[in-house]
Amino acid sequence: MRGVWLFALVAALIVLSGVMQSWNVALGIVNMGLVSAIMALGVNMQWGYAGLFNIGVMGFVALGGLAAVLIGMPPVAEAWQAGGARLLAALALGAGVIAAAALVWKRMAPGTARTLAMTVLLIGGFFAFRAVYDPAASAIEAVDPAVSGYLGGLGLPILLAWPVGGLLAAAAAWAIGKVALGLRSDYLAIATLGIAEIIIAVLKNEDWLSRGVKNVIGLPRPVPYEIDLQESAAFVEGVGALGADPVIASSIAVKLGYMALFLAVLGILLWLSQMALKSPWGRMMRAIRDNEVAAEAMGKDVTRRHLQIFILGSAVLGLAGAMMTTLDGQLVPTAYQPLRFTFLVWVMVIVGGSGNNYGAVLGGFLIWFLWVQVEPVGLWLMQTITAGLPETSALRTHLQDAAAHMRLLTMGVVLLLVLRFAPRGLLPEK
Amino acid sequence: MDLLNAFVALMNFVVIPASAYGAQLALGALGVTLIYAILRFSNFAHGDTMAFGTMVTILVTWALQGAGLSLGPVPTALLAMPVGIFGAAALVLLTDRAVYRFYRRQKAAPVILVIVSTGLMFIYNGVVRFIIGVDDQSFDDGARFVLSAREFREATGLQEALTLRTSQAITLITAVIVVALLFWFLNRTRTGKSMRAFADNEDLALLSGISPERVVAITWIIVAALATVAGTLYGLDKSFKPFTYFQLLLPIFASAIVGGLGSPVGAIVGGFVIAFSEVTVTYAFKKVLVYLLPDGWGPDGLVQLLGTDYKFAVSFAILVIVLLFRPTGLFRGKSG
Repeated sequence: MRGVWLFALVAALIVLSGVMQSWNVALGIVNMGLVSAIMALGVNMQWGYAGLFNIGVMGFVALGGLAAVLIGMPPVAEAWQAGGARLLAALALGAGVIAAAALVWKRMAPGTARTLAMTVLLIGGFFAFRAVYDPAASAIEAVDPAVSGYLGGLGLPILLAWPVGGLLAAAAAWAIGKVALGLRSDYLAIATLGIAEIIIAVLKNEDWLSRGVKNVIGLPRPVPYEIDLQESAAFVEGVGALGADPVIASSIAVKLGYMALFLAVLGILLWLSQMALKSPWGRMMRAIRDNEVAAEAMGKDVTRRHLQIFILGSAVLGLAGAMMTTLDGQLVPTAYQPLRFTFLVWVMVIVGGSGNNYGAVLGGFLIWFLWVQVEPVGLWLMQTITAGLPETSALRTHLQDAAAHMRLLTMGVVLLLVLRFAPRGLLPEK
Repeated sequence: MDLLNAFVALMNFVVIPASAYGAQLALGALGVTLIYAILRFSNFAHGDTMAFGTMVTILVTWALQGAGLSLGPVPTALLAMPVGIFGAAALVLLTDRAVYRFYRRQKAAPVILVIVSTGLMFIYNGVVRFIIGVDDQSFDDGARFVLSAREFREATGLQEALTLRTSQAITLITAVIVVALLFWFLNRTRTGKSMRAFADNEDLALLSGISPERVVAITWIIVAALATVAGTLYGLDKSFKPFTYFQLLLPIFASAIVGGLGSPVGAIVGGFVIAFSEVTVTYAFKKVLVYLLPDGWGPDGLVQLLGTDYKFAVSFAILVIVLLFRPTGLFRGKSG
């Protein structure tokens, strides 16, 4: 019951901003709220079900964004000719070296010989990789760098990028989980922090892959373009009958299209997570979370289960990342900030109620709404506070400039307050 | 073949910068490792504690510069550092009272404390950005070089020059003094011994009458001092920018884990391991090789293993290797 009221409250807030500001803004909040809710579901799987602290949400989300580029954008034929095959060969070589090193480690008897063989293999492999990779990458990046300079994607429907984003994130999660799970809980946090930084560094610097800081713009859309709608006679006639301006109506129609797609994904995920949580598997997960030692004594393989849930949760994050990049229509590597993509999602989960899927969804909407609305409110507050100061006062300009950083502070304080006074969140786990 | 020039180039571009950076990382990692040993959690707010202490130091430095005070060739920041330490200590003690103590009394799981510390990380970060802004701040003054390129060339007649910046020299000297003081304190004083006893076995320490709140408070003060010193030295050596200090978290944790979380000696060794690997892997060795190899054999490329944009990948790779093969670190820290 409490849940219904809280959801109604958030809906009312969004409707209010639709009436007060504009329906475009309100729908924008709803769409990003849906994406945020899916991210929160992913983190809730890791934290709420299993007690894993993933502080690299940003990295998995960015991998989803990369998937949108790799699937949706048309391939750049000249770049493929210039060095596509060589680059793929280099990547295969790199993967082969790592696999060979792992094989050496598994098959050879422990001792100096094994360490030596592996080290030589890895160092030699690295130089071999660079020898193939460097010329290929620079050849690709030299192809018309102002407009392309990258391999492009597969030119497939962008909706396909969503599951692929999940797969990419799952693969990264598998690698990290293999290394850091089964050790102390803090190690996973540090390892995920590191992988997120590295994924972002790769996106920023590997121009052949993602155009780096030159950004990939103009991703294909799963919904029609506003301009096409405005030019379609049927649409103009339809909204004309409703008495709406075709320009505004077209942008609302596009947002509604995204909303329908996102709602479908969220609905399916929520249903799946609820079923999983209720199943014996979900009970086992919570049993492990609440008492690892007891669960282990009952014959549960704790590390394996942790790896499983870590991969699942990260896949959901990758999916959400691909959806978000599709919504934005562009991949901007510099936009991935840890505050926005790691910490905010954590605040959503903890405020919503860790362990409760509906809580995560509620937190996603509520916190996203606050996130969007806090900045104008903060600016207004600062202007009111400093209104008494003279126009030229240095303090006044400093305070007004600093208003933008109030978000960091507010979100940190919200997190601490909820953790302290309502650790179970708005919708506690049953 | 020109061994001497190659050696000088290597010293100038790898050994000296890496030593200074290593000393800064070691001081940072010492703070992380002490918190881990006494309070038993990984403090993600450490990078931003460093930023806060440094910020106070910078503000005081500006005030001193404004008042016309200076230390001659030595940066004024050193004079301001005690105030910075005081500010950081006040901040962390206040935080401990307001936030951590509650969870300590509850005997909360370490992972809750880690989450709390990330919350604090953002609060500290917000405060620092609010007060000093997000931009680069330069607060270095005094003499720029202890040994400048021209002096060295004139004195030796070599083609390559060995330079030693004041900030590098001060980093190394300060780090040695601080570490010596810390170890003297931990090994020789009664309070230091009670801290080590508390780290080894909390229950036994309580039974023998050690006051936990006192141990915790002293730990926070020491950590605040280490963080401020590390942050100020880093800021003098490179520059102060709040986001950089957040990013330092990864190499600092990597240093502490490589050495073994909870082991002070390990933190120092770890800091240098990470710093030397990072600088070596991201340095373009072309110059050194040109001197070493016979004429005409010099490489065409830069001979740089990884671009500097990937320096965090080096810390991360070392971290992964340690987690895979020796999760307790080189010096057998507390974690398994």
